Formats: sequence, structure tokens, C-alpha cells
Amino acid sequence: MADPTPPREPATMVERISPLAGFAGVSDTRLRVREIPFLRQTNLRADPGKVPPSLGLRLPMEPGTWLRSGGADVLWLGPDEWLVIGDVDLPRSEDVAVTDVSAQRTTILVAGPGARDLLAHGCAIDLHPSVFGPGRCAQTTLARAQVVLVAGEDEEFRVLVRASFARYLADWITDAAVDY
Amino acid sequence: MLLIPCPWCGPRDEAEFGYGGQAGVAYPRDPGALTDEEWARYLFFRDNPEGPFEERWNHSAGCRRWFNLTRNTATNEITPISPSGDASPPGNVATGEVGTASASWDAATGGPR
Amino acid sequence: MTRRRAGHEGQVLRFTFDGRAYEGRRGDTLASALLAAGVRRVATSVTLGRPRGIFGAWTEEPNAVVQIERPFPEPMVQATTIPLYDGLVASSLSGQGRLSPGPDPARYDATHAHCDVLVVGAGPAGLAAARAAARTGARVVLADDRPEPGGTLPDTAETVEGRPGAEWALAVAAELRALPDVRVLSRTSVIGYYDHNYLVAVERRGEDAVTRERVWRIRARRVVLATGAHERPIVFSGNDLPGVMLASAARAYANRYGVPAGRRAVVFTTGMDDTAYDAARDLAEAGVEIVDIADAREGRLVTAAIGDGDEGLRTVVIGERGEGLGAMTGSREVEADLLLVAGGWNPVVHLFGQAGGELRYDERLGAFVPGDAARAVQAGRNVVVAGAARGATTLAECLADGETAAASTPPTSLATPPSPSGGWGEHVWLVPADDETHHFVDLQRDVTVADLRRATGAGLRSVEHVKRYTTAGTAHDQGKTSGTLTSAIVAQVLGTGIAGLGTTTFRAPYVPVSFATLAGRDRGALHDPVRVTAMHDWHAEHGALFENVGQWKRPWYYPGPGEDMEAAVLRECRAVREATGAMDASTLGKIDVQGPDAAELLDRLYTNLMSSLKVGAIRYGVMCRADGMVFDDGTVIRLAPDRFLVTTTTGNAAAVLDWMEEWLQTEWPGLRVRCTSVTEQWATVALAGPGSRAVLASLAPDLAVDAESFPFMTWRDAEVAGIEARVCRISFSGELAYEINVSWWHGLALWKAVQATGAVTPYGTETMHVLRAEKGYPIIGQDTDGTVTPADLGMGWVVSKSKPDFVGKRSFARADTARPDRRHLVGLLPEDPDALLPEGAQLVACERLPEPPVPMLGHVTSSYRSAALGRTFALALVSGGRDRVGERLHAYTGETLIPVTVTHHVLYDPEGTRRDGRPDTSEGARHDG
Ligand SMILES: [Zn+2]
Repeated sequence: MADPTPPREPATMVERISPLAGFAGVSDTRLRVREIPFLRQTNLRADPGKVPPSLGLRLPMEPGTWLRSGGADVLWLGPDEWLVIGDVDLPRSEDVAVTDVSAQRTTILVAGPGARDLLAHGCAIDLHPSVFGPGRCAQTTLARAQVVLVAGEDEEFRVLVRASFARYLADWITDAAVDY
Repeated sequence: MLLIPCPWCGPRDEAEFGYGGQAGVAYPRDPGALTDEEWARYLFFRDNPEGPFEERWNHSAGCRRWFNLTRNTATNEITPISPSGDASPPGNVATGEVGTASASWDAATGGPR
Repeated sequence: MTRRRAGHEGQVLRFTFDGRAYEGRRGDTLASALLAAGVRRVATSVTLGRPRGIFGAWTEEPNAVVQIERPFPEPMVQATTIPLYDGLVASSLSGQGRLSPGPDPARYDATHAHCDVLVVGAGPAGLAAARAAARTGARVVLADDRPEPGGTLPDTAETVEGRPGAEWALAVAAELRALPDVRVLSRTSVIGYYDHNYLVAVERRGEDAVTRERVWRIRARRVVLATGAHERPIVFSGNDLPGVMLASAARAYANRYGVPAGRRAVVFTTGMDDTAYDAARDLAEAGVEIVDIADAREGRLVTAAIGDGDEGLRTVVIGERGEGLGAMTGSREVEADLLLVAGGWNPVVHLFGQAGGELRYDERLGAFVPGDAARAVQAGRNVVVAGAARGATTLAECLADGETAAASTPPTSLATPPSPSGGWGEHVWLVPADDETHHFVDLQRDVTVADLRRATGAGLRSVEHVKRYTTAGTAHDQGKTSGTLTSAIVAQVLGTGIAGLGTTTFRAPYVPVSFATLAGRDRGALHDPVRVTAMHDWHAEHGALFENVGQWKRPWYYPGPGEDMEAAVLRECRAVREATGAMDASTLGKIDVQGPDAAELLDRLYTNLMSSLKVGAIRYGVMCRADGMVFDDGTVIRLAPDRFLVTTTTGNAAAVLDWMEEWLQTEWPGLRVRCTSVTEQWATVALAGPGSRAVLASLAPDLAVDAESFPFMTWRDAEVAGIEARVCRISFSGELAYEINVSWWHGLALWKAVQATGAVTPYGTETMHVLRAEKGYPIIGQDTDGTVTPADLGMGWVVSKSKPDFVGKRSFARADTARPDRRHLVGLLPEDPDALLPEGAQLVACERLPEPPVPMLGHVTSSYRSAALGRTFALALVSGGRDRVGERLHAYTGETLIPVTVTHHVLYDPEGTRRDGRPDTSEGARHDG
């Protein structure tokens, strides 16, 4: 029996609904917040010494960093675990576990000069640019939800949150934003 | 709020971690060969010292790695056991004298240990 | 009768105190405004009902604790720290305030900060430390509880670097604020010092701010405690009268606020330093007549303060000391309305004490100071105490101290006591008398020297015990003025040394904090995350009531018009047993287990064999902890030879994944297996009931759904309602049933398509619970409690006999797990078929309750009304239960005993005939077999 392949683009025209469909977000000079829905995400687990070149991806080996490779963003999640964000097909093998997790988490963009201060309300890690600048990522907690926090250029942060927690976190961010 | 040094992610708030109790209590090699008392010792008996204590932590809200550290139970002073950035698992948590895995399991999987 | 010095005429603010209207000035505290208005009595003491006036000028205040009525009721606030604002309404208290009956409309929040150096206190030492640290480029947080920087500099009007102290402080603060990596927090009290240099502060942002108060959680590499010192009172008869005031406080009112605190003043000083004379000079300049200075160095002591009612102090009695304490010769009575008391200085060591720092009694200061800092540093707390907080007594010392405190390694000199500035007198804690019932040690708790003597007379020798016996130091000022006095007087009474007696333990918070502040935004809808499924909105729109399962909201039942819960659940149950029901099953935990050794891992963690499962098939499994007790259950789907999808109970999804990782990482790193959570990757609709095959067929025309093509405990990939889906034929109700899994993004579309067939009844968790209980399927965590083995549940069949080992196996051979009187899962049928047993009810054998102790046989774990059985029933854990089938027991409701009959736990369709939708066919493995 064939190993079931992860769902790609839906075979049919049935409407997809993202976890934060209808989320108004925040649009301000100090702060911009919105959902980036439907990103293809693949969880990849492998012994760092056994990643075959045929994978076609460069994996960040430094804890808490991410890089762009093969048209995808590759996030370090653990010493044997990465999250690949992008439309790439990764072959599963004895040494490489590949799991489609596209719908597992949605992405909230938090950007602008007020972004770090807003995140600091609920995030205990040090978000200072010298510590958590572009190229850094972290699995941590924001408010009471576990998240993957990804620092980009220009004060842009992506907050990856599990679908079931997305509304809670969006409400929390919206509430925190009244101060910005 | 303790600051726990994850060997991979660096220092993080205690709230991101799960506590795993005393380190070095290995799963017995052959549980079936143990007396009830020996098995009960493995299940239920742990040290409770005042002072340095080697214990297990799991970075459950982060990289999900298990590791060992030494914590002084009187002062909460923490001494990391394995340095950050080590490519090998930073703490083969079970390091007790009775061995670390069942002999039959090792045989079944050709495990490296 | 407002009296205000020139240069202090700010904007007029109106306020009301005890129903009378007053005017104050911008920059006032409520206390300075009251003093300026000539209000002497601001409180009534809590047990003795004595009038009390303003005693201090900042957080040390024990007396002037008031109720704020408007803008929002807030009890027990120090008048000395409330910044006056227009429209403030406050009233005096007698030791107890009133909480608001209405909700607090203000907003509170919390945030985090990280820094190289946290400086607590923006007095001369703190400012110097922060400036020195900031100039090295360090990330600095400077937190200070006052509105303006400078600490007591505006109180003393001293000069720094050639400028007035207050001006210098503003300039330094401005320099700091201009730096990008420096954060200056004013009106911010650091209230707690916790492990690993984690400090909590509360910022009072004001009534007009979006957020009224903010909690700062600060992690600092180094902490500089520049918390200053509090002046110490002296105890004599009537030392609690309005008009008796700390000399430093009167000086602060004169210099900072321009308010002379009285007209005719007597100064009483131990002569420990010259600050009392400085205060006298400043008050004289402010227009207060200094009529006498009683200096203990000259043998002159105030023996009594005498006054009346609200006006407080009228007469001060000064005695000449003869030989020995207590022997007073001669006395002089002086008319005065103000008595300044200067008993020396107590370094503010509260935070240092919280950090685990050891204190040392300093003979010359007559106070406890930070001892060798090594212990605190050893515990991972890089902390330095600077300035008056470590006993420095001059401004120059404080400034120099601050400069060095920020250096990268603490200079050893910081651990040595400061040198005295000369002119040291002797310590006078107490002016004794025959009657010491009006010698107040703790003004807020009305504790007197007589009370302390009673405590020591009762045999108490530890200050901790004396504190609890007398309540000294337990009020909401936490003994800021009374702590050292208590130790000193107890030592004097016992004839022992203060050093050996020590202090009581310093605990957070340093100043009172409201619960609203601590709660912050974690209230209402944001109190705890609410997890919802992709179909949640449909459930809400269709009137579902929700059950909390962990953090999830799950549809509980869907009441129709006029239906109560009982009617709705009976209807839903009938629909599943007789037609088709649909349930949102998305919350079950799902874990993708991959790798060449995946089957081996599952064999080790499940009690039954998983490696023999065929690709395309599904098996039910139970996991136990090493102690043999059931931990979780669920289905295992084999997707490929080296790949499984494991489901867990809703509440245990994270725990099961952690469990797998723990074994893989710590015991079996040789196993080549990787586990990944996919709980929210999938949305799941359960279709159950004899009609479910037809419903599925209509939605998935290309899927062969007949029993032969799609047998029980198998799965198929198919297109359902035009959506890629994985359909599993499993059942948790005993009926023919399917679980349809699609991407979370398509969950709502699938659910709507199922509903659009018009053939299904949505059902919730309550119906699911009833249906599974009729079948005797346990819910882990409801019918089990961590003390239950698979055999106890009647599921010995799920425990493999052939595997060499699995987690929990050895425990099944323990004598305890083989006891015949273990509690077994059984069914209960109440004799009255309408009697619904309370879940948790204890079970006894006897018809009438005997005298305790009553032998209890077990308890009810689940209890429902069954549409299928036409009666009530229950599941229970009963000692030796399987051997009691047919026995009559009684369930105790708390009021009555309900007779019940013990039955087998499977009450409905025990032969499993309904699983294929046709009563006469059976095939494949039973769900529970
Ligand atoms: Zn980590």
C-alpha cells in the first residue's frame, strides 16, 4: 500500500478556511498584525549527520536560527528537527522523517516599530535586536500559547501558532495592541 | 522563576520546562529478573538531598530535548552538565549502573548501546 | 489654613478627604496636601481606636493608610505615596479598607525586560550606578518608586556636583533616558527578588494612562540595590500621637513639598548622626519654631508625648537621664505641636534579604546591613548593594558607592562595612517606663512594648515567634519602621545581643500590590487559552453548549427548541443507535510516528502488540506507566511499514508525545523513530449509527463502503464531499461508525457537507459518553485515576503475553496488581430505574450507614440515563467487582443510600452485533477484542 502523501493543493474547489479567517488584524504606523494563511509547512526530522545531499536543502545547524534555502525558509526547531516553510517536496527515507504540517499551525505577522514591545508583553525570551535579530527563531511561549517566533528584516516577526490556539492568540495580540 | 540552561536553546524561564526528577535512574536491563522489592525501588524510590542534586529536565515548550543538570536544592544554584552546542545528545539521561536498555531490545534492534 | 512655602505654589488641585473639600498643589502627595491643609488626624488605630497622624513621608508610613473612594475604590493605600490628582476622594480608615463591589474598569498588564544591570533606586547611589553602567554601553534598567528621580535629594535639598540635588538627578535621568539601551522606570516599585536574578516590579502609570499599572518581570545579569535607608523611630510613651513624626519626613515635607508640618517643634535624636540637626535647621528656615532639641548624647530623652483627640500632640515631656536606663531625673514640659524623632537609620535590605543575602548587625549603625555578599553571589545572584542601603551615611559615600557598584566585578570593599562619619552617639530604642502600654513599637498593628514583654514573658525567644504572637511587623507596611525596633527591644528585654537575635524573614512584596495588578490581562476571555476546532463556529451558531476538555471547547449537546439537557441527550443517543449521528472528533491527539523502528517503539510503549498490525489496518491500544497503571488509550493506524498514526485522548496529546520522546531520548536513543504532532493538521468528523454507511456512500461515491470492501478496523484514503480524506472504520459507540479526517482547512466544509445530507443528527460529548458507557468503554481520566490497570478495567485481552517486555509489564507481576480485591470496572443498575447516581458517590455493602469508619467498596465513575436501556445506569470501580456481579450494594449520595445491582460493565449489545450496521453479521476483530 502506498504511503499516503500529504495533501497539496486541493484536488477540488472546496473552499479552504484558515484558522483566523475574518481576523481584522492591526494596521497602524507603529504596528501591523495580520494572518498569513495557508503556508505549506513540512516538519523534517533527521540526525544532523545523516542528512542526504539529495534533500536539496541547506539546514541551519546553529540552534535558534533560520535560513532561506531552495526557495523555502528552514527553521531550526531542535537538534534533529526543522520546519520547512515553502512549496517544496521533501523525500521521506529511513534517515529522514517528513511530515506535512501545513494546517497544524497558522502564521501571524507582527511587524512595525512597536512589534518587539508588543511581543515582550507575553514572551519571556530576550527580544533585543542584538539577541533576537533577523535570522533568529525560537520555540517558546507567547501569552499562554506555544509558538515558533521568527525574526525577519525590518522589524517583521512571524508568529507560528497551532490552529486551535490561533484565535486565542489573535485576541490576545489585538488586546495588547491598544497600547501601541 | 528559575532560569534553566537548555543545552540547545540557552537559558529559558522554568515555565518552558518539564521536570524529570532524579537523573541516572536507568530502566532496568531485565525487569523480569528483578524481585518485587528491586522493581519497587526503581519505580518509587528517589534521593532527596539538601544540596547538589543531579536531575532531568525537558525543554517541553522549546526544542523538546531532555538533558541533565545539577541543581543545589537549597540555593537553586544550577551547574550545567553538558555544554551548549555539543552535537551529541546533551545528556544520555539514564547513566545508572544497571545499564540503559533492555538486553532483548538491544538485540531486537541492533541498537548501538 | 493652607501653609505653603514660597516656590511651591503649583497648580491647584481639588480633593475631598472624609467628606471635606480641600485644595492641594500639583506635585503633592495626599499626605503633604493634608498636612498643608492642617489635617492632623488621618486614621484611627486598628485595635485601640487611637487617633493617628502622618508619621513618614514615603513607603515607610505606618499610620496614614486610607481608602480611595474615587475615581475607583481602592482600600489601604498609603497617603504618603498617592500623587494628588484633581477630583481625588479619599477617607480615613481604621486598619481595614473596603473592596469595590463593582468590577475594576482600569486596565492592567505585564511585560518582560532583560538587562545587563538592573539598578533599584534612583537616589544618589542608584543614579551614579546607572550612569556608570550606561556609559559602558550596558543595557540598563533603572527602577525607582518615586515620580521624580533623586531619592531623598529633594527632601534634604543637598547639592551634587555643584547643583541642587533635585536638579542634578533630573539631569542624570535625562542623560539616561536619551540612551537607546537604558530604560528608566519611575513610579515603579521592585516588589520581589526571586531566583536567578528575576525581579518583579510594579509600575504605576497613572489614572490617565491606557494601562493603569504594569507588572515588569525583569531578568538581570547584575542587580544593584540602591534602595536607601529608612529613619528609625524611638519608642516612648505616647509616641503614636498625631504630630509625632520622623525627622526625615518633616524635612521632606518642608523641602520637597514646601509644607511646614507644624508650628512649634521639639527634636528628639539619639545623636547617631547630624541629620536631625539638618532637619531642625531646614524646618526653622521653613518657619517652624524649634523649641528644644533633646539629644541622647547629652542625657536628655523624650519620656512622653501628651495630647488630646484629633489635634494630637500638645506637650512634650523631656527627662534627664541619671545612672542606668529607666532612672530618669527631673523633667521639663514643652508646648509643641510637632515632635521630630530621629533614632538612626535602617538600611532598606528587604530585597537583599529576599535574594537570600545574609545580614549582619552593625554596632555603630545599630541596624542590620548586608553581610558578606558571597552567599548571594554563589546562588547565581550577581547582586551588589550600594549607598545607604549598605550603611553608607554621607552623600559622597553614596555617590562613590554607586560608581563602583556598576563595575564588572564587585570591589571587595563593598563587602566591608562603611566607615562612620564621626559623631556617633549611642543606640536608644526605648525610653522605658513603669507603664509601657502606650509605648508603640508597631503603629499599624497597635503593638506596644508591653505586648513584647508579654511575649517574652510567655517564653518566646525568637523574633519570628514574637512576631506571630504579637503580630508586630505583620501589617501591610511589613514592619518597615517596626522591624529593627522589635528585634532591639526583645533583645534588650531578654538581655541578649541583637546580632544573635537577627531579623524576621523578608518576603515579597516590598509594598502592597493589588490582585488586579497581578492578574493583569489574564482575566475574562484571556484568562486561559480557549482551543477551538475548525468547525467551532457551526456548533456555536447551531446552539451547542460547550464542555471544557482541557483547554478545548467541545460541543456538549445541541438542545433543540424547548429541550433541556436530558431531553437533548436522549434524542441524540437515539439518533445514533437508530439512524446516524455526527460528532466533531477533531480534538483527539494525533502523532505521526515514522522510522524503521516505529513498530518496535509502539510495541514497547503499548501493552499489546502493534508490530503485527497490517498496513491499512487499525488497532486499539492502551499505554501504561512503568507502574502498570493505565495512562492513555487510543487507536493506532498503520500507514506504511515504517509509519503509524497514533491517536490519544483529547487531554493527553502533549503528555503522550512527551512520553514517547522521553523514552526515545533517554533510554532508547538507538531506535530510529521520529514523532511529530499532527493534532491540528487534521479535522475529524465521526459518523456513527446504522445509517452511517449510506451517508458516507452518498458523500464518497468512489469509495467502496460495503462491509467486505471496507471492514471494521481498517482505513481508506478517499475523496469525501470533494475533499481529500482519510476514512477510518472505528467505533466508540458499538454502532457502525467511521471517522473522516481532512485537512483542518477543510474541516468546516466537510462538516457542512455531512449536515447537508439531511440524514445526520449532530451530537456532542455527553451523548458520546453515554454511548460508550453503555458499551463499557472507559474514559481514561474519568473511569481511571492513575491507580487502575488494564486488568482492573476488564481489558486483560489488551495486555500481550508474548512480548518480552513493554512499559508496565513487570508491574503486572507485582503482588499488589494481582490482589483479588482490586477495584474492577463494573456496571451498576439502580433498583429504581429512574434514580441517577451522583458521579463520585461511594459504594457500601450495608443498607444503613454504621458508625464511622464505614468500609467503602468503591465509587461511581460515570452515571447516565440511557435511551437504549430505557433506564439509568452507571460505571463504577468496585473492590473485587467482577466477583460481585449480581450483588446488591448501596450508593451513598450524601443524604440517602440508593440500592444498586452490580452488573458486567458492558450493558448494551455485549455480543457486538451492531458494529457492522446489520445485526446478523460479524467480521474481523472486535473493537475491544
Ligand atoms: Zn531547548
